[in-house]
Amino acid sequence: MSSNATTTAPAKPRLKTSAMIASIASEGQRTKPAPFGHTLAELARSRTDIVGMTADLGKYTDLHIFAKEHPDRYYQMGMAEQLLMGAAAGLAHEGFMPFATTYAVFASRRAYDFIHQTIAEEDLNVKIVCALPGLTSGYGPSHQATEDLALLRAMPNMTVIDPCDAHEIEQAVPAIAGHKGPVYMRLLRGNVPLVLDEYGYRFELGKAKLLRDGADVLIVSSGIMTMRALEVARSLESDRVAAAVLHVPTIKPLDTETILREAARSGRMVVVAENHSVVGGLGEAVAGLLLRSGVTPVFRHIGLPDEFLAAGALPTLHDRYGISTEVVTKRIKGWLGE
Amino acid sequence: MLEEFVDINTTGTIDHRDGKTGHNVDLAERAYRIRRNALLMGEVQGQGYIGQALDIADVLAVAYFHAMRYRPENPDWEERDRFLLSNGHYAIALYAALLEAGFLPEEELETYGSDDSRLPMSGMASYTPGMEMSGGSLGLGLSIAVGKALGLKRKGSSSRVFTLFSDGELDEGSVWEAIMSASHHKLDNMIGIIDVNNQQADGPSTQMLAFEPLVEKLEAFGWYVQRVDGNDLPAVVAAFDAARAHPEPKPRMIVCDTRMGRGVPFLEAREKNHFIRVDAHEWQLALEALDAGRTA
Repeated sequence: MSSNATTTAPAKPRLKTSAMIASIASEGQRTKPAPFGHTLAELARSRTDIVGMTADLGKYTDLHIFAKEHPDRYYQMGMAEQLLMGAAAGLAHEGFMPFATTYAVFASRRAYDFIHQTIAEEDLNVKIVCALPGLTSGYGPSHQATEDLALLRAMPNMTVIDPCDAHEIEQAVPAIAGHKGPVYMRLLRGNVPLVLDEYGYRFELGKAKLLRDGADVLIVSSGIMTMRALEVARSLESDRVAAAVLHVPTIKPLDTETILREAARSGRMVVVAENHSVVGGLGEAVAGLLLRSGVTPVFRHIGLPDEFLAAGALPTLHDRYGISTEVVTKRIKGWLGE
Repeated sequence: MLEEFVDINTTGTIDHRDGKTGHNVDLAERAYRIRRNALLMGEVQGQGYIGQALDIADVLAVAYFHAMRYRPENPDWEERDRFLLSNGHYAIALYAALLEAGFLPEEELETYGSDDSRLPMSGMASYTPGMEMSGGSLGLGLSIAVGKALGLKRKGSSSRVFTLFSDGELDEGSVWEAIMSASHHKLDNMIGIIDVNNQQADGPSTQMLAFEPLVEKLEAFGWYVQRVDGNDLPAVVAAFDAARAHPEPKPRMIVCDTRMGRGVPFLEAREKNHFIRVDAHEWQLALEALDAGRTA
């Protein structure tokens, strides 16, 4: 930079940041801090078989809260995800229930064979809990886990959970601890939005729940897209469009009964909305289920494109790739007008 | 001559008597029987990783009939020492040892590698009594061992975790993650055994990805390391004894230099290969050659 740069350069527009965010919550939204860490720490008081493990991301998966309360049950494995998964298998073999945390990209991509061979093949009781699911980081493909559900869904024995908010995480933690076998759960960390408590919602493993009903369109969603779907449904109300929202937090095993029942109701367009690539996630799971069952409503799919996504600010990226409330609302209105 | 090598662990449960005759059996005889079992299994399928089974038989004889605590009638006995077979293709060798140790009935040997057998070609935990992990995707064992060793310490157990893996597995980065981790966590209840037969799928291991100087490397990583001739029974016994008795809070590694095909001279002399070719008529010749060596 030349010394006079500051005096001659025109005022620059303020750029939106692609920096790592601590919370996915939008401004003014109700939140709860670190629901996973607090819930696990509390559960571990009675479940003495629980141990916490991480690969240098304890502070970034809220596991540090567990570590603070149960330091002797916390294993820092270093930045070594393959070791993390293999060692979790070993501890599970010896009768413990490891909660192993890292980012979704590292578990699903780097450590896949270790999860497959050391954990899933032996049906071991390891809970893999991973932050930054789908497009929840502006860092680009290195941190954007856009194919984690497809990868983990394809693995035999694996239960796959995509929770929506703090309320759901608080209920899902004891639920997955009560389930014997391997679980992959996506994690929202930091100040996590609080939404589903207003719907009298209770998480049940393997169950889809209808959060609101509506005669025109059924939005089938998981994770943060359920939060968005509820906003979309409210926004569609003003256009006299009645949208139902079916929340499907358990991606595998899929609640086929509830999905088929709701999708079979006549005259309702089905839109699956997911924070994941359009390849291999909830959308294709639901589409396959409907086709195999002979239920064929008008079907549309909101998901991330099958490409390496850009770095940038999350609101910009959510708009660009079509998973923001505004874009989803617009697309559904367009489809209904076809 | 090896009868002085009785179990130094007085709480151990190894029965040194032959199940049928009641006579004491020395380790050389155990190693012979492990080789024989492996050749008989190889003959069933007309193939198998027999070169490796023959090279590691002495180490397995020492592990199962000198060093480890276990109860063959109760493979999940909580106080057992754990034995992890990371190199799953060595299953034929471990089955041979498990048969000799009484985990499996002798007649089951004939099912090796067949449909519905408990003895699949690549070792898997859910198939075989006494098999502690599903290996085969190489480089997994030592990471599992770290978790088991941490778990055993949590439980206040005095059991040890033995992990057998091959020199080729040293190519896998995850093995070095586990090597660092075992040392970081001071896992003195871990005993690693590396079979250095200098042969992996595409050729001599040292030419695929150089891993020497192995002892110095492992020592620098914080392990108590011994390197022995893995086909010299007294040396292997001494190494296992030293590994168990070593006072420092470090994980222990026994690097075993072995010769593929050991015990069957014409296989030992055959051109070295990951998958040694044995013609149909040669299995019987191999058994005869093994017997000749026994009485020699």
